[in-house]
Amino acid sequence: MVTAMHMSDGLVNAPTSLVFAAVAVVGLVLCLVRARADLDERTAPMAGLVTAFVFAVQMINFPILPGASGHLLGGALVAILVGPWVGAVCISIVLLVQALLFADGGLTALGTNITNMALIGVFTGYGVALLLRRIARRSRGGLAATAFVAAFVNTVVASLGFVLQYAIGGSGGAALGTVFVLMVGLHALIGVGEGVITAATVGAVASVRPDLVYLLRGTATPLVRRSAPSPSAPSPSAPSAPSSAPSTGGAA
Amino acid sequence: MTGRRGFLLGFLLVALLVAGGLSSFASSSPDGLDTVTLHGCTVTETAGGEQLDGTCIARNAGEHATAGSPLADYAVFGGEGTVGLAGVVGVLVTLVLAGGLFRVLRRRSPAGSAPSRDD
Repeated sequence: MVTAMHMSDGLVNAPTSLVFAAVAVVGLVLCLVRARADLDERTAPMAGLVTAFVFAVQMINFPILPGASGHLLGGALVAILVGPWVGAVCISIVLLVQALLFADGGLTALGTNITNMALIGVFTGYGVALLLRRIARRSRGGLAATAFVAAFVNTVVASLGFVLQYAIGGSGGAALGTVFVLMVGLHALIGVGEGVITAATVGAVASVRPDLVYLLRGTATPLVRRSAPSPSAPSPSAPSAPSSAPSTGGAA
Repeated sequence: MTGRRGFLLGFLLVALLVAGGLSSFASSSPDGLDTVTLHGCTVTETAGGEQLDGTCIARNAGEHATAGSPLADYAVFGGEGTVGLAGVVGVLVTLVLAGGLFRVLRRRSPAGSAPSRDD
């Protein structure tokens, strides 16, 4: 059985839901604008598959304590594979599909869920991965270690998003201090699982197609950049130009 | 290096296997967030669903607006043992939505330029 895994409606009050819905919309629009630069014929299909993969892996709740489980959030995973702008859109699509089709995550809680997992989670994971990028680019082991740490941190920090929302407009039922301690403690354990899954996935992709790992851009096998040659730029075959010059001159 | 098409197909196959097969073995214990929102309550399974007693955040949770969806709670029409099928449908729907959006957003190579080296 796959259990519901995201915030339901009613856990925070309406004004708080509205504020974070606005945060999510503004953040997502910015991500959609910036995502364009990272999407081309090669990376667009990859981004689609990464999104489907995150949906699949989020279904797999793994036990962390007796009576408690955790599942992938995917922030660092998408950030490392397709970049933060595209990645935040990936996670948002997963959350949208889960809320609309699978009754997982409330509709009025979409803003808070997107803020926590798609914005906070993805950009935290990406920030940590950027800090460790030199290690990540050095070796396969370095990349796996970077993925693990980035994923661990993104899980814990994303969980703080809920604590923040509960502090601002929680509907009550538990003391804020208790919520903070439990959220961080449980998500530190979940973060280990998140780290293992992220390191394994990123490592597997990097071993087959390192050119499709966003974080490794510019270091892996040199790629022909489609956008590089512009019509006005000097042609690399310039030295042969004199031999062709007479023929063009003759035609004129 | 594996061809790009082969790699993408392999990636899809893994996603389908995870959602369609591995999902049956997922833990049914509440996740991190649910553990926190249920803290302080006892959960009793009743015919009408879960009954919460005590004081906890989850008592404020509303009925889900799409609870009547044919795929609600990762089951097809609420059927036992349909989680894998629900997962496969979810993977394909997600792939079509995300793949379509990213395809629309992508920068197209300028007309007349040499085809990209894909594989």
